[in-house]
Amino acid sequence: MVIAQQEAVEVSLDDEQTITKQRRPLSRNGLVWRRLRGMPRFWVGAIAFGLIVILSIVGPFVTPWSITDRDIYNMGMGPTLRHWFGTNSIGQDIFAQTMAGLQKSLIIGLVAGILGTLLAAVIGSVAGYVGGTTDKVISWFTHLLLVVPSFFILILLSPLFKSLSWVALTFFLAIFSWMIMAQVVRNQTRSLRNRDFVRAARYMGLPTRKILSRHILPNIASLLIIDVTLGIVSMIMSETSLSYFGFGVQKPDVSLGTLLADGTSAALTRPWLFVFPAGVLIVLLFAISLIGDALRDAIDPTSGANRA
Amino acid sequence: MTLYVLRRFVNYAILSLIATCMAYVLASSIFRPGDAFYGRNPRPPQASIDASLAQLGQSPDVPVIARLWHWLVGLFTQGSLGITIGKQPVVEEIIARSGASLRLLLIGSIIGAVVGVLLGVWGAVRQYRASDQIVTYGSFLIFATPTFVVGVLLMIGATALNNSIGVQLITFTGEYSAGISGSWWDLTLDRAVHLLLPTLALVLMSAASYSRYQRSVMLDVLGADYIRTARSKGLERGPALFRHGVRIALIPMSTFFAYSFGTLVAGSAMLEIVFSWRGMGQFLLQAVNTNDVNAAAGSTLFVAILVLLSSTFSEIIYAALDPRVRS
Repeated sequence: MVIAQQEAVEVSLDDEQTITKQRRPLSRNGLVWRRLRGMPRFWVGAIAFGLIVILSIVGPFVTPWSITDRDIYNMGMGPTLRHWFGTNSIGQDIFAQTMAGLQKSLIIGLVAGILGTLLAAVIGSVAGYVGGTTDKVISWFTHLLLVVPSFFILILLSPLFKSLSWVALTFFLAIFSWMIMAQVVRNQTRSLRNRDFVRAARYMGLPTRKILSRHILPNIASLLIIDVTLGIVSMIMSETSLSYFGFGVQKPDVSLGTLLADGTSAALTRPWLFVFPAGVLIVLLFAISLIGDALRDAIDPTSGANRA
Repeated sequence: MTLYVLRRFVNYAILSLIATCMAYVLASSIFRPGDAFYGRNPRPPQASIDASLAQLGQSPDVPVIARLWHWLVGLFTQGSLGITIGKQPVVEEIIARSGASLRLLLIGSIIGAVVGVLLGVWGAVRQYRASDQIVTYGSFLIFATPTFVVGVLLMIGATALNNSIGVQLITFTGEYSAGISGSWWDLTLDRAVHLLLPTLALVLMSAASYSRYQRSVMLDVLGADYIRTARSKGLERGPALFRHGVRIALIPMSTFFAYSFGTLVAGSAMLEIVFSWRGMGQFLLQAVNTNDVNAAAGSTLFVAILVLLSSTFSEIIYAALDPRVRS
């Protein structure tokens, strides 16, 4: 709050008009937004991400080719006006395939990223707030899941979700992604739990569920927002990696991972089969990471790169 | 300090063992090792399939817990991890394959950590200069690239390089050239050339994340009072930064190292598969594809031991750097 007032004063000194317009000090969200607006990183990331999302929605309607179409007169061609990203050895249009894969990878990443953060929030705050045996058991279980990297656990479990659809994959990705964030949430909750406002709520007889959802979680919301963006990046990475090695999305569904797997064998002779889907994937992940990093600096200016 | 490290080690060891047991139980209840035999043409007689499954310790009549017990007894009494579907002892397979995997993982993670720490310190000292910006955005870009994509892009780049100079300068398929013979020196050189691209990919990947973290920790340290004290005592800037700054900044790094090691192991396994190495990554992949429970459990144990060792190692470094832990 001190920072908020200081900045409000700076604003009023900068511009006399704002004094009349801005009677209240900036709200926390307003402050974060003001800092975000001033970061080129945020705009680069947000615009790139927006363009990719629009591309994934509009792209399939712009191209005359569908993912099953085969142009038998132009098999294995490089990028042309007819086929923007070229074609593969059986004449399928790589642009259409990339768009379909992008859609799937985006949806899986968004859903799994959000679910993973929700899990981390619930598990971490319960462990930190309830404490005692519950905390010990949850902490022990968290450490156990961290012993074997989740990529390997997911490979071991892949026979379970391979036969189901990609929706099952989304849930499995989320189930094995919450551990580190839950530990962070737990530690934050422990420091909040004996603050006056939480204590007051407890003495007023509010049930634990309500204390967590009304008093604890809103106070660590900023952490969770950052975690969602970074979680989406790591979920898209896990999905494409699993699909690339044949353990994730299965045919006939297409994701960027399966597309890259198809493109690899010919990557050295027909690079467009690999380079275009890979480029779209990298731009997507780069954009979200930039947004996440800008958010972290805007929400918590005392951490990381923003410090003077 | 020894007691502290020992206690942590025992704690990690128990967790690793339980994780491996859970992996065995999961694999044993999910995999269908029978498929490998039922799918054969002509189909073997039922009695011989049952005998093969029993030999693997995977009879469908035996409950999963009993299979796990049998496997654990074999592990602790004979040091055996069972046999693979191809009737090879799992321990022998792991010994044959782990050399290549460990070489890539160790060389890659050590170079990656050193490069990452140096880049991070450099970026913090020269904050907001052009060099810092380039390193920051570069590490972001690599961070946003899945490991297997880095691997394949390096392969495409190396092929372009080979074609442009007309010599097969960089070879990258497999762990060594097929049918190579010659002196010890030739063999080593051949392996080193094959190691180049996967190691480069692993170094890029780990240096990108270490440098980001090190830069932010180092920025914390640079503003601290003890650096000013050291300077005001008359210490030059360089020694002050290194003796008082980097050493302190490395303390949180040792914890980060333990956390990120799992990602590194997974990344290195992916790179092995991308570059068609006969390593542990391919072993796990094959185990899942052939429904091989013993091989899957064996490779999980291998990974768990690696994580155990790296965690202990980072505890030792932590204790060595931070005097408060030692007492």
